[in-house]
Amino acid sequence: MRVIIIGAGEVGSSIAAGLADNHEVVVVDVDGERVDALTYSLDVLAIEGDGTSLSTLREAGIEQTDMLIASTDDDETNLVACGTAKTVDDPFTIARVKNVDYLETWEHAENAFGVDFMVCSNLLTAEDIVRVIGLPAARDVDPFAGGKVQMAEFEVDEGSPVAGQTVQEADRFESLTFAALLRENDVEIPSGETKIRAGDKVVVIGSPESVQGFAREVAPGATPTGNEDLVIIGGSEIGFHTARLLEDRGLHPRLIEQDHDRARELAEKLPDTVVMENDATDADFLAREHIDEADAVVATLESDEKNLLVSVLAKQLGAKRSVAVVESGEYVGIFETVGVDVAVNPREVTAEEITRFTRETHTENVALIESDRAEVLEIEVDRESALVGRPIREAVADLPTGLVVGAITRDREFVVPRGDTIIEPGDHVVVFVDMDILDDVSGKL
Amino acid sequence: MNGHLRVDWRASVSLVGTVVKWLAAAMLFPLVVALYYGEGITTFVAAIALSITVGWTLEQLDDDPDLGAREGFLMVALTWLAVSIVGGAPYVIAGEGSVAVPVNALFESMSGFTTTGATVMQNIGFEEHSRALMMWRQQTQWLGGMGIVVLAVAILPELSVGGAQLMDAEAPGPGIQKLTPRIAETARALWVAYLGITALEIVLLYGLHLLGNALGTPLAPNMTLYQSVAHGFTTMSTGGFSPAARSIEAFSAAVQWLIIPFMVAAGTNFALFWHVLNGESEHLFRDSEFKSYVGIIGVLAAVATALLVTGVGMARVPTIGPIAGNLEASARHATFQLASIITTTGYASMDFTTWSIPAKYLLFAAMFIGGSAGSTGGAIKIVRWYVILKSFKRELFTTVHPEAVRPVRLGGRALDERALRGIYAFTLLYIVIFFVATLVLFLNSTRNPDPVFPLSTLEAMSAVAATLGNVGPGFGVVGPMGNYLKFTASSKLFMVFLMWIGRLEILPVLVLLTPAYWRS
Repeated sequence: MRVIIIGAGEVGSSIAAGLADNHEVVVVDVDGERVDALTYSLDVLAIEGDGTSLSTLREAGIEQTDMLIASTDDDETNLVACGTAKTVDDPFTIARVKNVDYLETWEHAENAFGVDFMVCSNLLTAEDIVRVIGLPAARDVDPFAGGKVQMAEFEVDEGSPVAGQTVQEADRFESLTFAALLRENDVEIPSGETKIRAGDKVVVIGSPESVQGFAREVAPGATPTGNEDLVIIGGSEIGFHTARLLEDRGLHPRLIEQDHDRARELAEKLPDTVVMENDATDADFLAREHIDEADAVVATLESDEKNLLVSVLAKQLGAKRSVAVVESGEYVGIFETVGVDVAVNPREVTAEEITRFTRETHTENVALIESDRAEVLEIEVDRESALVGRPIREAVADLPTGLVVGAITRDREFVVPRGDTIIEPGDHVVVFVDMDILDDVSGKL
Repeated sequence: MNGHLRVDWRASVSLVGTVVKWLAAAMLFPLVVALYYGEGITTFVAAIALSITVGWTLEQLDDDPDLGAREGFLMVALTWLAVSIVGGAPYVIAGEGSVAVPVNALFESMSGFTTTGATVMQNIGFEEHSRALMMWRQQTQWLGGMGIVVLAVAILPELSVGGAQLMDAEAPGPGIQKLTPRIAETARALWVAYLGITALEIVLLYGLHLLGNALGTPLAPNMTLYQSVAHGFTTMSTGGFSPAARSIEAFSAAVQWLIIPFMVAAGTNFALFWHVLNGESEHLFRDSEFKSYVGIIGVLAAVATALLVTGVGMARVPTIGPIAGNLEASARHATFQLASIITTTGYASMDFTTWSIPAKYLLFAAMFIGGSAGSTGGAIKIVRWYVILKSFKRELFTTVHPEAVRPVRLGGRALDERALRGIYAFTLLYIVIFFVATLVLFLNSTRNPDPVFPLSTLEAMSAVAATLGNVGPGFGVVGPMGNYLKFTASSKLFMVFLMWIGRLEILPVLVLLTPAYWRS
């Protein structure tokens, strides 16, 4: 298909690189130098111009375009570009925003701003951080249904409490589904009697809380239990959402913010978080607050340099793990070299999310298991779907084996799928599908 | 990777091999011609075998070539050299006449691929040479016209990622215009436009011949199907080779008039044709380069017409009879000759060595103008002159108003100062190389025992301007009815080098000669 990407910065360029092989890509940017650079580095058509102006979009061939991705650094520009595109034609529009308010507005009315899919980089980054510190044992974690559902893959090792248990024994969580066990080369859809062996990889789908709970079962040593000391330094949007998501998982982080008003605001919004008002680069304060005993320190300040300083300081004092947000992609390697355990780059996270999304057509969201053995899809089902209008047990029985309904969200609320649950049109269903039957099944869902 | 070299030359050479291998496919056409006329096919069968062997051997150097920016330059420069060498093989294998000597074969082949049209063939025609070989000579120009590398990008998927860079190194004029998201599609679009206009010219030329036969009046008696195809190949590529010894003088006035617009089209930016084909013909009339180009041809042709018709422009009576006083003939030859030289085609509708010094000088100056960027023409290119003139105007203005900020505009778009610097640098380099090369050729020609040497100033300058600018014929001994055969082998090789750097616009080749290129 033909894709127009507005913005040739880090995000736009890396999306373009991801799509150029299989699609016709046109990139629009106001900066002539970036346009030149892209012309020679990727097989795309790069145009100099303002993506919010109709004449530029026409020059880029908006009438023949199937998809428009607005990925500039400016939220409003992105929203206006999508809106402008919708005035001439109906391409599928994707907008990158930082501000979570826009995301909430859009989730409230799915055609708001003329945007068909919105990616909020602050929220995505926070989710990424939470995954890193909240589920260190997971090999892979992907959020679905706006974060209401999570898919996670764990490797069961020798010492794990669940090794040797049956699925029924291990599954003590209300809203968790065992989607699959991966052994050597086959994908097994487990029943209640299936025994989990050491070396298996387990794929579970469920609410974030239940996934967190299961992680404690699988790898008690490596998973925060709620008594862990997690410290977030910097009350930026990313810091706030990180704290909020950790609260959702039943954890109690501490958050350090220098600005008085902002600290107050955060304290009001985060009931389970201890908010402290101080300069985080103050080593005495950090020592006094026993940062040396922290299990993880997350630096989410507004500048890369400060994040680096704080992370190194915390590590030096004796914190176990440090995670830092890095705005410029080229520093990721440097950060990890000097001792930051994980550097998270919001731009990279956003670009990956958009690229992954565009690779799929009708599905809302997708995650690949073991790169190509199975897929987890999120689908908004309509009346035509084979899953709708009868109990899940019957619906699945009519489809080839290798499909598991992992979770359902109805009106943005989590619904636990049971054998007798009836799926309604408009529900978002997260399903696990074995790659062997994917082509066969994807048309029927 | 070699430890000392920072350039992955294996990748470049391997891709050159791929292109050389595909050259065999191009040689199928003369093979068909040979079969059609019942000539021997051994020459081209052997040449095809040779291209495949050489190409395949070079390909083995790197089974998964990955081109960076530096490797791209090397690949483009070497492609032209390798294709010229392998494409010259048929002349040697055929063993017919002067071009069978390897140095001459290389000269003829490089002159072909670079669309120069300078020849070392002593007896042009079918008495000495087979029709297949003469067609191959025409076809080399057609392949080189839109660009061998552009053609390679159009058909070889492995060149798609670095394609923009490769096309940039090969395409005439500063920078390339991508027309479509995929570079391979852009390359295909250019080639399709090129192929289409070539086909149109062939049809019209042959149509004229058939029409004359049908009406019983000889409109184009000599323009047989073979000649139509042959001239279609070398008009659209601004090449200038002709299977007829007297070039276009051998054909009727109607043919000469018909070829003029096609030469003008060949010197036009092909991206404009693509826009016209897409129904956006306003691009043509908005494009400042195109307007200046047509204007320059018009003005210089008018000046030359005036010189010829008054007799000022003629020094001797040519073999075709007097031109002075005959307005139609003066206008025809003046327009044809100016269009031919400005577009760097190099056809001759008459022997212009019979022109007087002022008229010859006009042609000589025209050798530096060149076609449009993105055309098949050579030399400096209209767009560069246009920009240079505009920046001269700016200099004059800022002398009076030192505080003025005045960007140089090209078609409504302000050019950035770096692009401007690149244009200055290229133009100055071109002129410096021209003077140095003239001196070298001069000195070399004094050692030549042949009675036509040493060359006159204008002859030596024209030989350099004609090879460096990919024009073809010069004046005197290298005039349109003469040839480059009498030069020493070293002079010929030197001119092969000039044609090569002229076609690739100097920098992609010269950069290879700098130590910095090979180091980190």
